[in-house]
Amino acid sequence: MLVHPATRAAVFLLCLLPFLHLLADWANELGWLPAWESTLGPEQIHETQVRTGLWTLRLLAVTLAVTPARQLLGLNALAKYRRMLGLFVFFYVALHVATWTWADANFDLGYMIEEVTKHRYILVGMLGFLLLVPLAVTSTKGWIKRMGGRRWNRLHMLIYPAAVAGTVHYLWAVKKDALFPFIYLAVFALLLGYRAVRAVADRRARAAP
Amino acid sequence: MIIRRPADIPSSEITPESTYLRRREFIARAAGLGVAFAGATLLGGAACGTRDAGGADSADGALSPEGGPTSLDDKPTSFEDITSYNNYYEFGTDKADPKANAGQLRTRPWTVQVDGLVKRPAAYAIDDLLKPHALQDRVYRHRCVEAWSMVVPWQGIPLRDVINRLEPLPSARFVQFTTLLDPRQMPGQRRNVLDWPYVDALRLDEAMHPLTLLATGIYGKTMPNQNGAPMRLVIPWKYGFKGVKAIVRMSFTEKQPPTTWNVAAPSEYGFYANVNPEVDHPRWTQSRERRIGEFRRRATLMFNGYPEVAGLYRGMDMRSNF
Repeated sequence: MLVHPATRAAVFLLCLLPFLHLLADWANELGWLPAWESTLGPEQIHETQVRTGLWTLRLLAVTLAVTPARQLLGLNALAKYRRMLGLFVFFYVALHVATWTWADANFDLGYMIEEVTKHRYILVGMLGFLLLVPLAVTSTKGWIKRMGGRRWNRLHMLIYPAAVAGTVHYLWAVKKDALFPFIYLAVFALLLGYRAVRAVADRRARAAP
Repeated sequence: MIIRRPADIPSSEITPESTYLRRREFIARAAGLGVAFAGATLLGGAACGTRDAGGADSADGALSPEGGPTSLDDKPTSFEDITSYNNYYEFGTDKADPKANAGQLRTRPWTVQVDGLVKRPAAYAIDDLLKPHALQDRVYRHRCVEAWSMVVPWQGIPLRDVINRLEPLPSARFVQFTTLLDPRQMPGQRRNVLDWPYVDALRLDEAMHPLTLLATGIYGKTMPNQNGAPMRLVIPWKYGFKGVKAIVRMSFTEKQPPTTWNVAAPSEYGFYANVNPEVDHPRWTQSRERRIGEFRRRATLMFNGYPEVAGLYRGMDMRSNF
């Protein structure tokens, strides 16, 4: 059932839903969709950044939960969703960066460099984004073949520092109420911790057959 | 077009909100009739709207924007946005929380404690404190430290007039304002996201500046709870967090008092908090801001575009006195 094309389509659609919501809200803001009521609020660009940022982090958590779910629940078929989920992570982070580039920076490279160097939350956010770029680029089967499974797997471990960078970016951007950034931090710590524990256990199992 | 100096504009000429928002329509029609822009005064007669709290009406020739008038570039933000997008952590840390939760606040009866270095410390019923003063309409730019801004048509009393009546002692150098502390009415106070009650303060000369306002209304209507009813401070050249809301106490002191955001994050929120595009917040830029209602950011102005306050800070290092 997990591999059924209908399920795949459903997951795809679910991942796309936040983006469709954003599109509908903007269409209403710009007067093209009067029937819809935008929930972007008075600071629309900021809200767009918040949503694209949060969905990046949420989908990151889901992506990172695939392997533990596979291993703990025996649901091997979940592996087939990792690429789709990972690419949606990149989709939302790309929207997030694109919005910043257009609405805040106005495509001014000088402004962008200044912001990245002067403000650590932008620096760490940009770092997280850059870490995800090679992952998106090498997401195809062709690349796995080209790199070899081992090297490919190692490259894709970059998703962990990317998740940390993204969460720290969130924490440093928030004015005072750090409750949610810390919740995300805890979730990623858990997912990373699982991997670490699992790696140690696997190594022990191999050493003492 | 007649460009009036602010002192020339009686409040009876203030355009009502609904008319203002449709001004281009009216101008077009007026142009068609050969009537000049000044014809707006014919429409402006109904001026300042309602006041529930009793007391002096604003039509006695009170002044409209003193100091840096809002330029044609500064459209008043919609009443909807002003009253639904608020930082008022006493009601929750989400921008939408104050409107959702502030309805439970009872703004009458309301007592304002006046104490410290003042001739006659007393507890005033708020209406007794405000009654002797004519309400004025002031359209001010409002700049949040988070780098968004609005243009708000406040209604209130120059703080200077109230202070003069209270007669602070010569030793008084600062005035501190305190917000209500009541977690039963203010659910956000059940969490210690800030040290309650909220306090902030001004140097006495800042408090006495003609721009500083004790606001009781917006768009001529009684101040909605989520904006700081029944009475809040407005200092348009400073970041918004210095505008203490729901004021229950005014204390005159000799020493600079603590201020809540400075206590919460001393490296990020200073005592002066003057709007300054050259001094960034440690974590984000202050040189540009998002005007609510616009998409692209605009440049932030020194002192939020009120250069007449520069004299208050002559000789001071604006970076260390942030």
